[in-house]
Parts: sequence; structure tokens; C-alpha cells
Amino acid sequence: MGLVTPLGDELELFWQRLTAGISGIGRITRFDTTHCECQVGAEVKDFDPERFMDPKEARRNDRFAQFAVAAAKKALKDASFSPRGPDEAGRMGVVIGSGIGGMETLQLQTGKFHRSEVRKVSPFMIPSLICNIASGVVAIEIGARGPNFSVVTACAAGSHSIGEASQLLRLGKADVMLAGGSEAPLTELSFAGFCAMKALSTSFNEDPAHACRPFDAKRDGFVMGEGAGILVLETLTHAQSRGARIYAELIAYEASCDAHHITSPDPEGEGLSLCLRRLLQRAKCAPEEVDYINAHGTSTLYNDRSETLAIKRVFGKAASNIPISSTKSMTGHLLGAAGGIEAIATIQSIVKGLIPPTINYAFPDPDCDLDYVPNVALRREVRTALSENLAFGGHNAALLFRRFEDS
Amino acid sequence: MTEKTIEQRVKEIIINQLGVSAEKVIPEASFLEDLGADSLDTVELVMAFEEEFANELGGEIPEAEAEGLRTVQDVIHYISDKLGQKQAVA
Repeated sequence: MGLVTPLGDELELFWQRLTAGISGIGRITRFDTTHCECQVGAEVKDFDPERFMDPKEARRNDRFAQFAVAAAKKALKDASFSPRGPDEAGRMGVVIGSGIGGMETLQLQTGKFHRSEVRKVSPFMIPSLICNIASGVVAIEIGARGPNFSVVTACAAGSHSIGEASQLLRLGKADVMLAGGSEAPLTELSFAGFCAMKALSTSFNEDPAHACRPFDAKRDGFVMGEGAGILVLETLTHAQSRGARIYAELIAYEASCDAHHITSPDPEGEGLSLCLRRLLQRAKCAPEEVDYINAHGTSTLYNDRSETLAIKRVFGKAASNIPISSTKSMTGHLLGAAGGIEAIATIQSIVKGLIPPTINYAFPDPDCDLDYVPNVALRREVRTALSENLAFGGHNAALLFRRFEDS
Repeated sequence: MTEKTIEQRVKEIIINQLGVSAEKVIPEASFLEDLGADSLDTVELVMAFEEEFANELGGEIPEAEAEGLRTVQDVIHYISDKLGQKQAVA
């Protein structure tokens, strides 16, 4: 597992901070926010792409692709794996999702365009901004020649990517897959767009660490973050034959669509309910067997309410006994990378027997009345854990992980 | 402005754009064959020359002429010639 996040780019450090309830959110420093209603975000500080790729390659790629390369190389190192020879390379694939791709590139190059400098538009603009370039560049960097594509489903892209990659393994199309998400959306252009939608938090510009407060009554929008989270997935046979350390087993993946509205979740949570119900059915898992839910929990009024409703509908009586947390309260919302780093947090809860909290929980909302692991991590044995993401477009994706027990 | 200065400026752009070491940027070095550039790099290089030498060139480098700029030397001569023509007209 490899990541680049506002809470650090080393797995252990990330986990320590996440379970200590530390916020990675601050005032935006990457650009002048004077004209933005929202002035806070979760930035990755001091990222040096040249630690992970040669300077020329780094310069030819957008920040989101650089994050992907960094997280992918960290994941491979953590897994002690790299493809050797053409056979292994051909059996290793990459599916890295991104919600909005090379936003920095898009903003810079369209600026030239509007200044009538059409001939100054970079030949690297198109390859830098397309969402699928992260999967492409990662493959170039590590020499993976197996199935390679990208899933573009906004805030569910990371989860869909991991899920789709697991399907390829189950179908026998590859032995190893690098999968997850990457995003670098902290630019004026994307802030302008998300602010116009009234999606971002605007009341906490002077108190950024408290801006993201999922399920809390005073929540007022999400806080954008950046980074990448990538997993090494492999078939059990492949993992065991090379003596790999197995963090967990991905026992089920499901996806659905609200078919309701372009950006608002279905207020009844129907699409997500369908996704979660099918997930449990596929895994033959009873609701009470789920020990932890890593929620989408964006800290918007609508998301947290409808997500809560969906969990109650699917889990019934068990819902109030399951610890549910939104790690976005600390990492911010990494859009297409959210599913990647949240899958890692979910797996870590199984490995460590510790559930990260939802921080900034202070004022109960009667519509959000489940156990959100308020403010302090919960020590609890976790055998089965669920990670879910919802997205603009009405997409829902859910992953169910279980502690690996060799039988 | 002397040719030496143009040469230095051209070399600096090449070093920055292509991420190559200074010693590789000799007059005969070909962008594609010796300096590891691909077709996208060469497009960007031409843009960088146009920007740096806006005064000397007095405009953009036409496509057909850009195609002829294959080595470090080609570029230095091209810009020096353009500057010479401009000064002659003036």
C-alpha cells in the first residue's frame, strides 16, 4: 500500500496521525485565495516528484500523475514486488482513477489560450490533463504491460478502480494489479467551480482545522484535498507463491447509480442502499458481521444525511452498533483519490485493530444518529470492514475487506 | 548582442527543457538522437526559443523552418541569422 496525503506520505506516519485525530487541513498556500469563498484545503506539503521520477519526466506530467507515480512506487516497495521479465510484466496491470485529472495544466494552458497565445499551448497539455495518464505513466515507470485503463467516476473513482482491478484478477486477466486513485485539484479553477456549486465549506476560513465536520450539525460543505492512494492487489495464488505479506482480502465489490441527479445524492439513499445490499449478498456477509464502515462522509448537508439513511436501511438494527467514521474529517476530500486512501485506512483498521475517528464532531444532527466514532480512535478488533464512496453522476461504489485467514 | 550570448542562452534552454547535463549540449548534438528528445519535446523547445528570443526573431518560427532545427548549432545559427537580417534592415 502506498500513499501521498496531506497527513504525510509514509504509511505508518499517515496511520499514526489519522488515529491521533490530527487534521491535515489548513489555509490554502498554493495560490491566492482572496477571491475564493472557500480558502481552506488539505495540501500535500513539500512534495518533490524528483524523488520518484527523473526531472524531465516529472516536468512533463501534471501533479496528479506525479502523485500517482509516487504512491505506486511506494506501494510496490511496501509489497516487495516489481515485475521481472516479460511474462510478469504482461501479467501486471494498472487501474488508477482520477476525478478531474490535470486541473493545474488545464488552468495554465487555457490561460495562454485566452491571452491569444494559441501557439504557446504546450504539446504536453493533452497528455498531462487526461485522467488516464496516471495509469499510463505508472506503467511506463514500472514496466507493467497488463490491462491498463482508468476509471473516471469523480469521487468514487478510487473505489471503482480497486473494484474493477479485482474483477480483472478474478477473471484471470492478470496476476497483479496496481489500483487506486490520484488527484491534484487545488487550483483556482476547480475552487471556482466547486464554490459555484456551493459544495465547499465557507464558514471556517479562519479556523481551517475545524472546517471538515462530517455528520456534525454545523457542517457546511466539503474541504478539498490532494494526494494519491494505491494498493497492490494480487491473486491469492500469486501472493502465496511469492510469500507476500497479505494485509487483507478484498471479499466483495459492488457498484450502482442513483439515477437521480447530476450532483445531489438521492435523498432517500436508494442507490447506495442497492450497492451496499448487493455487497453483503455477494460476500454472504450478515449486517452484524461488519465491524467498521469507512464512510464517504464528505461533510456536506446532503451527503451525510442520505448516507446515514442508506446505512440504516441496509444494516437495520445492526446499524447503530457499527462504528462508522469519515477520515475525510482529517484528510479532506481527495475526490478521485479518496477511495484509494480510504481503502488503505479501512485495511489498516483490520491490521491494527484500531478505528480512526471522525474529528470535529461536536453538535449532533438528529438526521445523523449513528456511531461516528467521535473525535477519538476506537480500539476494536476488526475482521470485516467496508469502505464506500459516492460521486457526482450518482455513482456509488463499495468495497468489503476481510482479515485474511488461511484455511 | 554577440553570438556567444545567444549560444549560452540557447544551451540553457536546452538544458532546462530536456533535463540534460551541460556537457552533452555540444554544437553538433541532435535533439532527437543525442539529447533524448521526442517529437513533443521539440515542439516545446521551439516555443521556448520563440519566447526567449522574441526580440531577435521578431515573431514565431514558421513550421517549415522549425523542422530544420535539428541540432544545437542549427538553432544558434538560425537565431544569429535572424538577428543579422533584422539589424541589416534597421
